[in-house]
Amino acid sequence: MTIFTAIDVVLFAILVACALGIARLRSLYAAAMLSGLFSLTCASIFVLQDAVDVAFTEAAVGAGMTTVLFIGALALTRSRERVTLPTRSYLALAVALAAGGALLYATADLPAFSAPDTPVQQHPVTERYLLTAQQEIAVPNAVTAVLASYRGYDTLGEVAVIFTAGVAVLMLLGKVRGTTERTPSAASGGLQRHHRVLRVVSKVLMPFILLFAFYVQFHGDYGPGGGFQAGVIFAAGIVLYALVFGLNTARQTLGLVALRLLLPLGLLIYAGVGVATLLLGGNFLDYNVLATDPVHGQHLGILLVEAGVGITVAAAMILLFYSFAGRGVSR
Amino acid sequence: MSALTVASWALIACGAFFALTGAVGLMRLPDFYTRTHAAGITDSAGAGLMLLGLLLQAESFAVAIRLVLILLFLVFTSPTAAHALAQAALQDGLKPLLGRRR
Repeated sequence: MTIFTAIDVVLFAILVACALGIARLRSLYAAAMLSGLFSLTCASIFVLQDAVDVAFTEAAVGAGMTTVLFIGALALTRSRERVTLPTRSYLALAVALAAGGALLYATADLPAFSAPDTPVQQHPVTERYLLTAQQEIAVPNAVTAVLASYRGYDTLGEVAVIFTAGVAVLMLLGKVRGTTERTPSAASGGLQRHHRVLRVVSKVLMPFILLFAFYVQFHGDYGPGGGFQAGVIFAAGIVLYALVFGLNTARQTLGLVALRLLLPLGLLIYAGVGVATLLLGGNFLDYNVLATDPVHGQHLGILLVEAGVGITVAAAMILLFYSFAGRGVSR
Repeated sequence: MSALTVASWALIACGAFFALTGAVGLMRLPDFYTRTHAAGITDSAGAGLMLLGLLLQAESFAVAIRLVLILLFLVFTSPTAAHALAQAALQDGLKPLLGRRR
């Protein structure tokens, strides 16, 4: 226990150091890299808390994709923060101190970590999710059972949010240039010419990255993973390909038309499962009616729904990257 | 304590030493390229030796094969990352520090 406490203290110290670094740095590229490190440290803390699924998402989205998107966005603007002269505002200091003090005061009322008498532990739904789920849904990873089945509405909402975000970015940045040789593009600028080593290594790694994405997708019922993580990992593979081999080559592999179709397809699969359950006489997203055996129906429903999540997330992430990287350098 | 455990902890200690060496090098070495080299040590020798040490303690084949896969992944990616960093810096016109300091 003491060793874990020590690791916790070290990790939180790294977090604080990262946050201070990000606040003080003027070079925004360095700040973007530090924010990636911040996410990776968060992921480590989540692993220590036994929240492996969350850690997985944080590592893939926070440390991986977000950093790439930050860098892609920075390539479009300038990479140094404008210097603002420090001003002394005692009012701001007072507000910050008061807010911080109130938060500190409130933490005193929080129950101790893993205390047995908290609502989280005592509410009957906990038992339902952790014990009854093993008969009702019979998926070894309880997180997947909760995410895809019990809280299926919430997850549908999340997928809709990702879809909307993808559409919004397409509307704002969507004029991705055709295959005119305006590129080398923003994010792949210098990488085009000399990078034989990078090309060889990424070519070797590429099949394994995509295979791993599928493993995460379909193994999500049994271990940490699922559609969100798998989609991001798949997208990361394509992004790596685009970074090393150029945006145009990547777009020949997985084009904009396909992505624009895939983006809504995932959401449609998810919602379509809900409609199918309605037509079969159940409630919306009640997978029990999908097969004669309710448990089998649950498995089928979770599989389809997770596939929908994975497709939309992957398409949204790749579209985001294409949109940023396809804008060319504007200095 | 079996010989295997001793060997395992010796490897982990070596890995920790190299990780520390890399950290010291990152702080102390004079220019970007040498510091990249120091960071590379942390990844290759540091993490590599630690993983080998953990491999000797692996409880099952499933754990062992995952450790081997992580090791393989590191062997591929960490030198590539160091190379990409150095290459990008060189292309950007950063001159390596040659000869005696100042």
